[in-house]
Amino acid sequence: MTVPRQTLFLFFGLLVLAAVAVAVGETALSGAQYRQAFSDPGSPPGEILWSLRAPRVAVAALVGAALGLSGAVLQGLLRNPLAEPGVLGVSAGGGLGAALAIALGLAAVSGAVELAALAGALAAGALVAFASARFREPETLILIGVAISAFGGALTALVFNFSPSPVTSAEVLSWLMGSVANRDWSDAAWALPPMALGLALCLYARPGLLMMTLGEETAALSGLPMARLRAAAVAGAALLTGAAVAASGVIGFVGLAAPHLVRAGARNDPAAILAPSALAGAVLMVVADLLARILPTEVELKLGVVTALFGAPVFAAIAWRAAKSWRS
Amino acid sequence: MSSLAQLSEASVSLADRPVLQAASLSVSAGEMVGVIGANGAGKTTLLRALLGLAPLTGGTARLQGREVAHLSDAERASLVAYMPQERRVAWSLPAWRIAALGATDRPAGAARDAALAGLARVGLANLAERGVLDMSGGERARVLLARLLITHAPLMVADEPTAGLDPDAQFLALERLREKATGGRAVLVTLHDLTLAARTCDRLIVLANGRVLADAAPSLALSSANLARAFQLDGALIDTPAGPVVAARRLV
Repeated sequence: MTVPRQTLFLFFGLLVLAAVAVAVGETALSGAQYRQAFSDPGSPPGEILWSLRAPRVAVAALVGAALGLSGAVLQGLLRNPLAEPGVLGVSAGGGLGAALAIALGLAAVSGAVELAALAGALAAGALVAFASARFREPETLILIGVAISAFGGALTALVFNFSPSPVTSAEVLSWLMGSVANRDWSDAAWALPPMALGLALCLYARPGLLMMTLGEETAALSGLPMARLRAAAVAGAALLTGAAVAASGVIGFVGLAAPHLVRAGARNDPAAILAPSALAGAVLMVVADLLARILPTEVELKLGVVTALFGAPVFAAIAWRAAKSWRS
Repeated sequence: MSSLAQLSEASVSLADRPVLQAASLSVSAGEMVGVIGANGAGKTTLLRALLGLAPLTGGTARLQGREVAHLSDAERASLVAYMPQERRVAWSLPAWRIAALGATDRPAGAARDAALAGLARVGLANLAERGVLDMSGGERARVLLARLLITHAPLMVADEPTAGLDPDAQFLALERLREKATGGRAVLVTLHDLTLAARTCDRLIVLANGRVLADAAPSLALSSANLARAFQLDGALIDTPAGPVVAARRLV
């Protein structure tokens, strides 16, 4: 499949899945109720579709797209199929920011936890950016990212340790497992500006990703302003991840897997892969959230749990098959 | 001949160890210059110093008379193209896409045409669509050479362009670079095969322990004294009907 065809396929696939995700849910609606939802959006069925499910699906799609794009950009920049915001510690930074805010009792302040998550992710992103300017070897950067991630995780555990009450602990834990339950349109609107800025930075860095295929030195002599492109790529990925963590908590696997799902279709082009990766990420999240909602479990499954539970084995299978195309 | 690239008394240290010491060289349009020396003699560092990739601790590196450190990324790319020794390609793009990265200054269609022509020049016309990680190391090296060959840069620098190639492909690679020099470009290569170096280069720079030991025509640069000092070889450059040959054995 060529890149434009793959992108179109994913785009329409996402639209169909999003429509299904809005239509289907825990509360079964009759045909008449669906008609009522369309004719009178303010009616109870309309409320269920447009105020409960639709924003949730929108946030899931936005978060998935942000994580997928961020993963694709980081894999291209670091020339490494293992790179993703989780591995580089950006997600852990966001998680730590949110955990701190919740522990400090800021959960009641509107937007405080989200802002703290964004700030945490950006702080971790700044560390990665600083390291990327200093160390050019992708492996070094990934090791530093792993260290940042572990340190962020340790500090989050410390927050648990000193957490004033079990309620706070439960709140932090629930947040770290990731969810888009009860999100409304304001959550989607809130996530959009940082994601748009992150997207712009990633698009700016795009030509550098293709040139990085040949390594640091060839890229440096290609005429592209690699120092600026690198900074833009890291900052863009951090903004996208930060906004995603702020909107939904920490969700693993999507940033890693989405690029791999579309890599073969994009003929391994690390620049052409950006749009399909974003769309694949959105599809994964919408499907995962739909599963979380409709699986007949006593307590609704957390989104991060679903992505990991279903995604990890699928990803292992893809990795098995695709290992050949990564690197000889 | 105008000097396209110049190192003057250039020194480079890596981890406080001097790897290039007061090295000077000049490469002009129309000539092919080879850099030879034992492992660790400083060949790659010499190239990197000239390209502004290795910071100098002394001396200057100039491209077309301008200090390389003061050139913008775009200016430097318009003056020089580089094929590093590192052959790792991160993703298995089709060969023609990799080769086309040497023509990013041209529209997509022209870049593709140039890439296909470049692959044909290195004998890979029938592998243009193959993923580079599904190729042998030697084939991949030729794809990277094609990328270098299709650039418009007046100076072409290649670090061991023949490494990993079969004998025929080694001749082919150096012939293609030789053609570029004949066509008016300046070509600077590092080589390990002294016979190939003698046959294809106008001039050889002999490096030993980070210092330029000789900078002369192959017949002079490959003197028995230089072979002994730079390579610990007991040898000589011999003329044969097929061209000059370096015959040597280890000094014990």
